[in-house]
Formats: sequence, C-alpha cells, structure tokens
Amino acid sequence: MDLDKSMIGITSKPYIAEIDLARVTRFAQAIGDENPLYFDETYAADTAYKGVTVPPTFLVALGSNAEFPLKWDFKRMLHGEQEFIYHQPVRIGDRLECTMAVTDVYDRVGKSGTMQFLVLDTEMKNEDGVLAAVARNTIIYRPAQKGAY
Amino acid sequence: MKAITTIPFSELHVEMQLPPLTKPPVTREQLVQYAQASGDLNPLHTDDAFAKSIGMDGVIAHGMLIMGFLGQYVQELAGTESVVSNFNMRFGAMTKPGDAITCSGAVKQLTETDGQGIAELELIAEKAPGERVGTGTATLTCKIEND
Repeated sequence: MDLDKSMIGITSKPYIAEIDLARVTRFAQAIGDENPLYFDETYAADTAYKGVTVPPTFLVALGSNAEFPLKWDFKRMLHGEQEFIYHQPVRIGDRLECTMAVTDVYDRVGKSGTMQFLVLDTEMKNEDGVLAAVARNTIIYRPAQKGAY
Repeated sequence: MKAITTIPFSELHVEMQLPPLTKPPVTREQLVQYAQASGDLNPLHTDDAFAKSIGMDGVIAHGMLIMGFLGQYVQELAGTESVVSNFNMRFGAMTKPGDAITCSGAVKQLTETDGQGIAELELIAEKAPGERVGTGTATLTCKIEND
C-alpha cells in the first residue's frame, strides 16, 4: 500500500510490554554496555535516576507487538531515524501500556526522486497511567519497484 | 574502551568536545546476540548467504546496534548527575563485522530553567574518520542545586 496523509492518527490497540531483568541484561551485554546503572541498585540509587533503569535504546526490543489496521509493505520500509523521549525512568518490573500511532506522513525530494517518510510513535505509559517514554521511528518508504531488497 | 571520564555538569561549556568512546570491532557473534536480544531477526544481519542473495557483500550490523553504542556513550556522559531525556540518531553508512565504531560528541547548547540544567549534545558514530554510520543528538537534564 502507498502512504497518504489520511493515515495520520491511526493508532494500534494497546499492548503490554514487561520490563524483564533477564532481557535487559541480555540486551546490554549484546551491546557491550556495562554501565552499573542497569543492574547495580546501590550505584543506581545515588544517580539522577534514583534506581536501576534500562539502556537508552532498550525500548526498541519491546516495540514489535503492535497490531495495526494497515498493511505495510515491509520490503519498502527502511529505518531512517530513531528517537527516544524519556519523561520518567523506565524500571525493571514495569508493565508498560504501549500504543503505536502514525504521527506523520510526508514527502521529501532527494537525488533518487521523491521519498516518502512515515513517522510512528509508540507511547509507553506506566501502571500509574503516566507517560514514561515515547519511541519515535521514522521510516523511509521507498517507491514500489522490482528488485528492491 | 572502559568507562570514560565523567565530566561534572557544571564544567560543560558550549562547543566543548567530549572524550570519545571506541568500541571493540563488531563481530558476527555480536550480531547474533543482538538479534536475539532485540528481537530483530532479519537474516540480513546474521546470514551471509542471505545477505549475498540480496546483493550485499555479507551481513551488516543492525542500525540499532550502532545506536546502542551511542546510547552507551550518552549514558556514560550523563554520569550520576544527569538523565538522558531525549536521544535520537539518523542512520548513515553500513557497519560490517570488523568495523570498530568510535562515538564522539560535542556540547551544542546549554540552558537553565526551573532549577534544571539542560545540555544539548551533538553525536557522531564513525567506522573511520569521516565515515559516519550514524549522527544524532541527545539532551541531558541535570538538577541544579543553588547554594
């Protein structure tokens, strides 16, 4: 399917993502990020986070469960840009209610013609209903053509 | 490679170059680990035969692994005083196994509002000088104690 502006505002059903220590540990290890902020309660208590939190990109490991009422052509999608907006620290044991929405669709003219961009925001609320974080995924939606990988 | 020197927030100034972080070369094993840990199981990152079948020389790293390296860097820069309140990256050139990524940054802007110091950083991830695999920005927020 092609993109159009009418898609802006379309939202997935909410889904729950649990912040599990084993997954956080495996994620930090794969990156080689040994910051004690992710596992050492004593260290983390004395930081601005006031407790253990997750690596800044960990939220991508949660974001793939959205059921969307749109049929994307995954072969045309290329991850162009990623952003994380943190309002509250994400904690081990959090059950975050996630909702993914199309927040923008736009065109940009480049060397190889007009490219379409799709912006997907995943809002993550903690159990108190407070918005903890937003993961913003900007996707380059390439023209439909043969031979694209 | 180990933890970079933590700079007190009060010593940051605009245009300041921050100490870089060079990661060990990316390995195929690391790409398999990252695939499992992140849930991104696209064989482009783990299966050479598949990568070649779509016209690549071999597997390439997940863009998000590179962002993970920059995330490590930003979180180290935040030290114990600051939180990372915003972090973004645009994906650039591809990273292949054997590439050693260097993360570097500079302070772009410093502001102070409501007892909070806010530092805007510019970030670069390179596989060699000038060969950018990612560029981005981060915002560090730090409570300022007036005494």
